[in-house]
Amino acid sequence: MITAGIDIGSITAKAALVENGKILGTKVTFTGYNAEAAGRKVYEDVLADSGLEASAVGKIVSTGYGRNSVKFADRTFTEIMAHAAGANFLKPEVRTIIDIGGQDSKAIALDERGKVKNFVMNDKCAAGTGRFLEVMARALEVDLDEFGAMSLQSGTPSKISSLCTVFAESEVISLIARGEQRFDIIAGIHESIAARISSMIARVGLTEPVMITGGVARNAGVVAALEGKLGVKIAVLPSAQVNGAIGAAILASSL
Amino acid sequence: MSEAKSEKEKRKIQSEKKMRDIMTAYYIDAKTARQNNKKVAWITSGGPVEPLIAMDIIPVYPENHGAMIGASKMGVDLCEKAEAMGYSNDLCSYARSDISCATVNGGPIGGLPEPDMLVCCNNICGTVLKWYEVQARYFNIPLFIFDTPFCHTEYTKEAKRYVERQIGEYVAFLEGVCGRKMDQDRMKDVGRISFEGQKLWQEVLDTAVNKPSPMTAFDAFFHLALIVTLRGTQQTIDYYQGLLAEMKDRIRDGIGAIAQEKYRLLWDNLPIWYRMKWLSKKFAEHDACLVADTYTSAWCGAMKYIDENKFLDSMAEAYSRIYLNIGVDEMARMVIAMIDKYQVDGFVLHSNRSCKPYSLGQFDIQRIVEKERNIPCLMIEADMVDERSFSESQISTRIDAFMEIIKDRKKGRA
Repeated sequence: MITAGIDIGSITAKAALVENGKILGTKVTFTGYNAEAAGRKVYEDVLADSGLEASAVGKIVSTGYGRNSVKFADRTFTEIMAHAAGANFLKPEVRTIIDIGGQDSKAIALDERGKVKNFVMNDKCAAGTGRFLEVMARALEVDLDEFGAMSLQSGTPSKISSLCTVFAESEVISLIARGEQRFDIIAGIHESIAARISSMIARVGLTEPVMITGGVARNAGVVAALEGKLGVKIAVLPSAQVNGAIGAAILASSL
Repeated sequence: MSEAKSEKEKRKIQSEKKMRDIMTAYYIDAKTARQNNKKVAWITSGGPVEPLIAMDIIPVYPENHGAMIGASKMGVDLCEKAEAMGYSNDLCSYARSDISCATVNGGPIGGLPEPDMLVCCNNICGTVLKWYEVQARYFNIPLFIFDTPFCHTEYTKEAKRYVERQIGEYVAFLEGVCGRKMDQDRMKDVGRISFEGQKLWQEVLDTAVNKPSPMTAFDAFFHLALIVTLRGTQQTIDYYQGLLAEMKDRIRDGIGAIAQEKYRLLWDNLPIWYRMKWLSKKFAEHDACLVADTYTSAWCGAMKYIDENKFLDSMAEAYSRIYLNIGVDEMARMVIAMIDKYQVDGFVLHSNRSCKPYSLGQFDIQRIVEKERNIPCLMIEADMVDERSFSESQISTRIDAFMEIIKDRKKGRA
């Protein structure tokens, strides 16, 4: 049976098609202001890319913040379950997932069967998330996609101490005014994210292997900062951003 | 439609109306105290109220008022007023609402009746000290501070002597303000009635061990009002006797508090007053019943220290050893005892921005519970009155994920 997973995040909408343990296709688009339309669009796109008709799909599971706006889904799961299912499918030995999305970040502990044992989500605050990075990229006039590579050039990351995105932004602006190097500032931003995530990891307990999912996984600087802080290797799969959608498709296959 | 209505009707607790009537009459009494030559004392929720009852002083609870403000969603407005007066938004939202409400007589009942005296007991937190000092200055009235040292591990001999000495001072304070002596026989009666009321309240809460539970913690948050405000009066006993009988009838008839109870949960910390309906619906949709909580049992949790025949002497220890005035290890022991007693599948902790003493040890308690009982725990960050600290979609996702884990585990075990 072909199943579909649709993950509506605060910034991007993701879709995945799975059949008999094989990924047929994945797609990422922007969510925009209409989550329902974004869900339909990303689903149509992934079908078109894979050359499939909607009638070929047996079951659909939606997840993410906009999970309830996907009216054509058979069932919803939270992204916590979806990321666990995705990780368990792609890399069954994983015991800790770090998921950093647009507006929230999570640490998920898995048990020996790959089931969710415990999870911690960020508080009502966007620091340590993709949105935080977007704001900083704008302040620094750097394309967010270059953040990772640039920060890796830094030998002395700047110190960002504020916990609030808005205050951290003004902190960054004053660092710019003080003439600090851009790559040092970016590295400092990544360090501050890593510090926040590490305390969440401490609450669920760190067990290797560790995997990172969500859009921010594409940022090599954040991954490096996290590895430094936690003292472990973190697996980054090419499918990190669509892991939740893949997991949702896997969950759909056992409906 | 009519079937759905009668289904809802069937689950409705009939005593509720009586409770509303009692509380209305109580507030009318308090508001007309001056006309009836009665004195009004404002007192903290964990404070020793029995001597007030024995002296015919009407006790009024700013914290109960705070809960009403929260439940009627008037908290943000009053908190903002307090912030405009210069109080930090890190200050307890009960304190903020009470302090600003006193100046404008706002809120759901047009403000509390003006007090003739204040009685502040710090067994629930340290904030009340400054809060009551602020009000003592504002109303220019006498304040009595009943100081209960924190019982980290034990109630020491020194603490015992220190607290017991204050009981005499407390009675002398009341006699001074009222200009008459306390009737010792009356005090003994009130003590016995208070003890009886606490026993009944515990029995009401105990009915939740039944499966399905005849009541939820959300019901307990509502029916709690009397044991807080009118502890030591006969009508509290009458009311809880009625409520207990109703719960027993529900158990006999197999009426559960929610339509389908598949999962049982324990709640920690104060309610999120402005979201009670939303939360109870949210959990009920998952067939989850919050059967018990650490909060409502705080008003009968120290009964073992009371000697009902020597109430005044023994209350020193009982008021010192309430849930919020003990160490985290002891709290965790009580939580675990409740997990076993009510046979719950999960533990929901409200990390309450307002209530530091309640929220401070929660990570440790969670860790101890996970280790000792291996049940899923959920932390919800919010505030009891200030809605600005509540993020619906975040909390909704957390509850959904938490319930997914519980369902998964139960399925795995079955």
